[in-house]
Amino acid sequence: MKPQKKYLLDDPKNIKRMLRLFYGCCILLFILDFIVHRHISHDWEILWGFYPLFGFVACVLLVLAATWMRTFLMRDEDYYSNEGTDDKAITSSDTNSDDASSSKENFKKQRATKTGDDNVDS
Amino acid sequence: MWIVEIPPFVPFFIGALIVLFTRGMLRSVIMLAIPIASALHLWMIPEGIHLQFTFFDYQLIPYRIDRLSLLFGYVFHIAALIGIIYSLHLRDTMQQVSAMLYAGSGLGAVFAGDLLTLFIFWELLAFTSVFLIWARRTERSYVAGMRYLIIQVLSGVILLAGTIFYAIENNTLEFGYIGLNGVAEWLIFIAFGIKCAFPMAHNWLTDAYPEATVTGAVFLSAFTTKVAVYALARAYPGTELLVYIGAAMTCFPIFFAVIENDLRRVLAYSLINQVGFMVVGIGIGTALAVNGAVAHAFNDVIFKGLLFMSMGAVLHMTGRINGSELGGLYKTMPKTTILCIVGAASISAFPLFSGFVSKSMVMSAALEEGFDWVWLMLLFASAGVFHHAGIKIPYFAFFAHDSGIRASDPPKNMLVAMTIAAGLCLAIGIYPQALYSLLPYDTGYNPYDATHVLAQTQLLFFSALAFVWLNLKGLYPPELRSTNLDFDWVYRRVFPSALQNMFTIIWQIDRTLRHEFKLKLNMYLTYIAGKNNRLSGLLSRNYPSGSMAMWVAVVLATYLFLSFIQ
Repeated sequence: MKPQKKYLLDDPKNIKRMLRLFYGCCILLFILDFIVHRHISHDWEILWGFYPLFGFVACVLLVLAATWMRTFLMRDEDYYSNEGTDDKAITSSDTNSDDASSSKENFKKQRATKTGDDNVDS
Repeated sequence: MWIVEIPPFVPFFIGALIVLFTRGMLRSVIMLAIPIASALHLWMIPEGIHLQFTFFDYQLIPYRIDRLSLLFGYVFHIAALIGIIYSLHLRDTMQQVSAMLYAGSGLGAVFAGDLLTLFIFWELLAFTSVFLIWARRTERSYVAGMRYLIIQVLSGVILLAGTIFYAIENNTLEFGYIGLNGVAEWLIFIAFGIKCAFPMAHNWLTDAYPEATVTGAVFLSAFTTKVAVYALARAYPGTELLVYIGAAMTCFPIFFAVIENDLRRVLAYSLINQVGFMVVGIGIGTALAVNGAVAHAFNDVIFKGLLFMSMGAVLHMTGRINGSELGGLYKTMPKTTILCIVGAASISAFPLFSGFVSKSMVMSAALEEGFDWVWLMLLFASAGVFHHAGIKIPYFAFFAHDSGIRASDPPKNMLVAMTIAAGLCLAIGIYPQALYSLLPYDTGYNPYDATHVLAQTQLLFFSALAFVWLNLKGLYPPELRSTNLDFDWVYRRVFPSALQNMFTIIWQIDRTLRHEFKLKLNMYLTYIAGKNNRLSGLLSRNYPSGSMAMWVAVVLATYLFLSFIQ
């Protein structure tokens, strides 16, 4: 193993410093809410800390909802290119000598041989 | 001065032809010269109609300039120039020619003064851009390009149908305010909507853009959707339906963006989210809102281009684009990291960056016009876009866990292109009056008042706080290699499998019917044969035909024998 160069964020101390600075900014911004005279154009904005609270809550909800969405939206990476392996609707269909399914099998084989090359840029 | 007023698409099309026959240095010089010369030319030309002729009974206007189209004309020139600089290292005639044609088609579309010309450029946009996807030269990009092309051409066909109805009803082809009145107007609206990536018609974008080449995606992100935004802004300002469609567009993609692994697909989702803000602005339709929509389109071309360029640089240098495989790149790609963060700050609408000065107009307009809930959705989308495009993109590519990849910064031309875009993002953010002076209306809007700056900064910082908190708690969804189902599942899986099942059933029924028919036919034949048998039985009850034949043969043989004896 070659001796690794140390980079800025390799040191946990630096991360801690940055986070502290960030928390400081957040607190400062929250306090500014009480100091700066705001002209309000909507009722909701009268609430102290409306924007900070909204931003925080919205993002937490967003992430939790998106994580929950994974439970029913997530599929294998090659879901679309690997047709028919995990889909009941297709495998349950009649495979007894009908043209549709046999041509599909051929297509699958062709596809399987062709995938795998990922030409990024020529 | 300038002798003729040449429509801007002409130099680009001629340029594409020259590019086809030149190589190396000369080709690069020509590709760079064309957008610059064409932009200068456009700068000199006054507003008005510059080219028109009569086609059958209709007036065609292939070249018309007003404030709305001029703004898009400028930004398309900027986008073309940046994209060309970004792709200077390429030695791929197919991509370079199609990029020139594509940029030209975009310009043709925004300066089209009638629906027929618009339709022609509308279809040209599809046919020229698909090569930027196919140029990846993989099986995946080929099929994605096909799906892209089918949907784009479909949009064009609907536009043509709408245009024909519209021409018959109104006896004019002029492309101005249309509004939702009858069938023709709805058809045109749907055609624009498909290209604008309305919900449920949006998957061509998230499907095809991430499959395009590194440089192709930069061009693609600039033109197609913005032409659609321009068309909506001209034909349907103040259509309330657009407010709700736009609000939906801002919100739903951010959920997908959070769980998406392919970082360029994350950008594609956030592109829909940004176009949503523009659509809301057009739907509100006041001077401030339309200004905001158009200004946001202008800025989006630049900052979204910058983000696509920075992710393209990552893909170009590492060969990877999945968040799960990247991380720690800031160590060896510091310039790209900084430029990407500028783009991320712009799209997140940080004060002093370009997104701030345009998105805020749309949001203010939504509040002014009493769309309270829509305003809340836009606020949610603002926090969300910061979350997925502002934090997720730079974090998972350049920071997060160290992937061990030590790729260096990309070639100089890529860095120059990104620097120009980043400079524009900052310049517009710091001095928005330059952009405002180009807008269609004069509203005297000032984005930098204390309340607004504070509110936006608070929103963004606490969104970031949410990210930090979730990450420290381990609640943030990890990047996983996966495909997430979206609406395209309907036409990529449900329809095909439903069709297949339907055909299976049809074949089965067909087979049983035939079988039954054959059985019945057999039965009748035996029955008739039986009858026939009985009839002939009167004469030859016990003699089969074989024996008859034999006896005939015997008789003939006897004749033969007798004739010999004689």
